[in-house]
Amino acid sequence: MPGDDSGESDEHEDRAGETAAEKGAERDSGGDGTENDKVPTNDGQRFDRLPATDAERRDPERPTRREVLEWWDERFGVDPSVFADHTFWERGRGKVWAFAGSAETPVETEGLGMTFLRTRREHWKPTLEAVQRFGDHATRNVVALSRAEAATFVAGRDQSLPWDGDWGFLVVTHELAGEEEPLGVGLYVHGELRSQVPTGRRREF
Amino acid sequence: METLERYADIVEDFGAFRAACERPLPSVVRVNTIKTTVERARAALDEAGIAFEPREWHDGLLALPDDQPGTNWPYVHGWLHGQEEVSAVPARVLDPHPDERVWDACAAPGSKTTQIAALTGDSGTLVATDNNLGRLSALRSNAERLGVTSVAVTHEDARNHSLKPFDGAAYDRALVDAPCSCEGTIRKNPDALEDWSLDHVQGIAGVQKGVLRRAVQTTRTGGTVVYSTCTFAPEENEAVLDYVLEAEPCDVVDFELPLEHAPGVTEWEGEQFDDRVRAANRIYPHHNDTGGFFCAKLEVTG
Repeated sequence: MPGDDSGESDEHEDRAGETAAEKGAERDSGGDGTENDKVPTNDGQRFDRLPATDAERRDPERPTRREVLEWWDERFGVDPSVFADHTFWERGRGKVWAFAGSAETPVETEGLGMTFLRTRREHWKPTLEAVQRFGDHATRNVVALSRAEAATFVAGRDQSLPWDGDWGFLVVTHELAGEEEPLGVGLYVHGELRSQVPTGRRREF
Repeated sequence: METLERYADIVEDFGAFRAACERPLPSVVRVNTIKTTVERARAALDEAGIAFEPREWHDGLLALPDDQPGTNWPYVHGWLHGQEEVSAVPARVLDPHPDERVWDACAAPGSKTTQIAALTGDSGTLVATDNNLGRLSALRSNAERLGVTSVAVTHEDARNHSLKPFDGAAYDRALVDAPCSCEGTIRKNPDALEDWSLDHVQGIAGVQKGVLRRAVQTTRTGGTVVYSTCTFAPEENEAVLDYVLEAEPCDVVDFELPLEHAPGVTEWEGEQFDDRVRAANRIYPHHNDTGGFFCAKLEVTG
């Protein structure tokens, strides 16, 4: 079916895209480079609900719901109330998913909501899907591109760009149908916006 | 095309039916209201210089007479999803409400799953099942592009669907958009009938009966189950309903469909079906210039 993306394995391509992004993050912003990065992150179908707070945490490395909400707030100015209807779950080590329903932890399924955030590393990284869905609530670390720059970005190419804000992961937007719309995640370092668009989501315009 | 001759006696205006089956179908996209509004998606298409024709019965369906849906800005943002017009019918008939528990039994590649999620406002729990990992991967990819957060994906044979991951809770609604002989997709895939055989039809009807039965069993009393196929064969449609009416506590009920259609058939090759199957809808390609489709709404009664 046209436009159905049938047969594409986004999960596979996601991983490839993230691997490249991780390398970039490590090289340029002194990523933690710990063993976490070497552990396979999709090892099984078990989803564990994030503990609400530190007091409820059993796995000392597992992020808490509070930390996730604080991260979105601090990094992008997204108010925690935006995620009031979502529960957060970790599969493997560090891959956090957002689910609109609720369930008793753990859940064993192939997928539970949307891949949302990569944690257990120095610089947490939102997924393109999370940014497209929730990025319109972001008020800082948002870079607005022109149409031509947006085309370079979705093609997966890096570009020089003036930016006097923080280095690191940014919400990338461009104007569509009269409003700024979130397009994906960029990594800003050394005067350059590095596209983090996973291979399966890239398009040439 | 000769295969379809077997339906000459049940299809009114068979000549128009045959002629329609030989015409190609236009590309149609559904606007993904999880990420945008119909108005803004139309504005984005205008901006991109892509012509579209709205479908009267469903304001989020747009035919693209000159384009494929793949490479344009609204598509990249997950505002559009390529979906055959008539395949937008069953989710509408299912009519899911916010915060309900819904099962999509044969979900991949996810056109109807993501449409159901849009209809619930992406709330509640939507369990999407398929038995083919490659197709599940396409489902995941579509759900992510469209920004769906309410779907839980399971890999299993829907006939043995387990409620265990969610503590045995019954569903409010279930959709069985069953694997079928796909005769109604002939306008999209001209070789859809190449491997047609009565053996295949009868074999797949066995699977359909098993899945529909499981859907009725896992849906609460008073809940809704929708059964659909993209095929004409009564063996895969009314005969499946007839079987489930006998085997499980349920009823086939009337529903409103603002598309031209014919009623379910109660007699086929000497076999009589339960009269209630007449409430099902048969959509033929010449009715609304779409693909062919079959859709029935069931109510669980016990």
